Amino acid sequence: MAFPDRFDGLPAAPRCEGVYKVTGDTRGNNVAIDVLGVTKVFGAADSGFRALDKVSASIRQNEFFTLLGPSGCGKTTLLRLIAGFEFPTEGRILLDGEDIAALPPFRRPVNTVFQSYALFPHLTVAKNISFGLEMLGWPATKIASTVERMLALVKMEPMADRLTDQISGGQQQRVALARALAPNPRVLLLDEPLSALDFKLRKEMQIELKRLQGETGITFVFVTHDQEEALTMSDRIAVMSAGRILQVGSPREIYDRPTERFVADFIGETNFLEGEAKVAGDRLLEVRLDAGATVKATAPDAALHAGRTTVAVRPEHADLVPGDGPADLTGVLKNIVYFGTDTHFHMTLDNGVPFIVRQQNTPGEGSGFSIGEQVGVRLHADAAQALKD
Amino acid sequence: MAGKRHFDVRRQPGFAFVAMFSFFALYLPMALLVVYAFNAGDSLALWEGFSFRWFVSAWQNDTVQDATLRSVIIAVCAAVLATSAATMAALATTRTRPYRGQTFTYALINQPLMIPEIVTAVALLIVFSRIKVWTDYSGLGYLIAAHTAFCVPFAYLPIRARLESMDLSLEVAAADLYATPWKAFRYITLPLLRPGIIAGFMLAFVISLDDVVITEFVKSGGQDTLPTYMLGQLRRVVTPEINAIATVFLAFSVVIVTAFFLMTRKKT
Repeated sequence: MAFPDRFDGLPAAPRCEGVYKVTGDTRGNNVAIDVLGVTKVFGAADSGFRALDKVSASIRQNEFFTLLGPSGCGKTTLLRLIAGFEFPTEGRILLDGEDIAALPPFRRPVNTVFQSYALFPHLTVAKNISFGLEMLGWPATKIASTVERMLALVKMEPMADRLTDQISGGQQQRVALARALAPNPRVLLLDEPLSALDFKLRKEMQIELKRLQGETGITFVFVTHDQEEALTMSDRIAVMSAGRILQVGSPREIYDRPTERFVADFIGETNFLEGEAKVAGDRLLEVRLDAGATVKATAPDAALHAGRTTVAVRPEHADLVPGDGPADLTGVLKNIVYFGTDTHFHMTLDNGVPFIVRQQNTPGEGSGFSIGEQVGVRLHADAAQALKD
Repeated sequence: MAGKRHFDVRRQPGFAFVAMFSFFALYLPMALLVVYAFNAGDSLALWEGFSFRWFVSAWQNDTVQDATLRSVIIAVCAAVLATSAATMAALATTRTRPYRGQTFTYALINQPLMIPEIVTAVALLIVFSRIKVWTDYSGLGYLIAAHTAFCVPFAYLPIRARLESMDLSLEVAAADLYATPWKAFRYITLPLLRPGIIAGFMLAFVISLDDVVITEFVKSGGQDTLPTYMLGQLRRVVTPEINAIATVFLAFSVVIVTAFFLMTRKKT
């Protein structure tokens, strides 16, 4: 077999030994994977199912990149295209600048952690981990030392000689990770790998995955429909819907500055307020809300957006105040939901639009508000984000 | 009370009787056959004491030895060929995207199970006799070819069942881990398929070993297999030697079927 040189050797990816740093800035901005105008149609080209529609994205080296979206949004299809299990109908996929879109999976220096783990049931844990290395034709001594290192990395040394159905689900997950990391791929693809684990184990594995990514310095492309998982683990998130990438950004950007209604709605809770916008500066709009107040809102992009617009406000970016004091918005309190760490106040604004305010709980008595009461809302500075549509 | 909760056929009147009668009707003749294999006398109906003489006699009978050897040669060859063909057929019918005519292909592969054996036998007789005239060849090849043909569906069924229950993502994972299609087959699919292949082989082997109708039609002179030899003997003087041969045959089949059962039940 003729593999390109870098397939069979360490160290392909720069390794950062030692402690993992959370800040993305210290990492190189070199692009590992470039998805360029990729379309994937299943079935006939004109009438088939369009799983991906002219998708483009750049995944940087050494970053934890998450594809987030509801089921059927195309995130797994994009992952399978990068892995080589499917081939794009249109477009190119570059790995380190080289077009790999037409290469079969066994010719790509990319490994996958499958949702079902797909461990080989007739092989031991150690043999599962060494499989890729043997297929690459590594020398036996190097295979042995790599397998040992991988077993240590995922803390599975005592289980090396077990068959994979003799270990627990969490352990299978670790073996699947070790097996995919062993060949030191340029990119590791993870297809909802935590979805089969129970809550506690999932939390553990989230931290474990971040640790492994830091220790190996390999680019991770992670697919999930769990927004919380995406926010806590990722360096950058691509939010997908209906075969398109809607927004790419850091978890904070995605959460605080959603540019589309879908993104704002899919991630966390959001209040939507309609209004009339005027341009008020560079990427700044002044929106006269139908509900009353006039607020400054961040524009979704550099283009000017005067006219009808929707503004998103996170429930925790507002304060509830008594109805007789100064307020941006006023309405009637409809419901109070206590969550332990915080309380949600569901209200209906004067123009009939629902609005939720989330308030951190403090020790002592209750909030002092009661259902049916006339209340006001004070928006935090910078709380309003204008949306594209 | 308990009976009202759900229908239980075992509680129906006469069930026990019918069941017992069926088992007796099935196994009593066989039990008699086995018992008289140990008869010291020449009769199949008159017990004259216990003896192994008919087993010894069968063992020392050159014609029986000859027919046994021929049966085994044919069965081994036919089972090997049929299992190979069935494995490939099973891979071709399960490891592809669904295509038009897939059900038709299944039907074509399994149809020999439905076609009356006598029809196949006559058809083969006609074709093979023509070929014999053309080529002058009259060896075991005809029997092996015929047995292979009707063994394929028997070997195909357990192999296909095994393939269908196998997780497809395993082969995808192998490809992801740098295995070429051939290596993925060699190191992942084939080892996981092994129990199905062994089961298919044993089924084909037993089916071939047991065949009378097609063999009777296709065989040339002096090509008796064990079953056709036994059939021939029944037309002449019947001695408990036939019982002895049948008993050994039965024991052998029980062993194979038990092994088949254990093999298919065992999880990987």
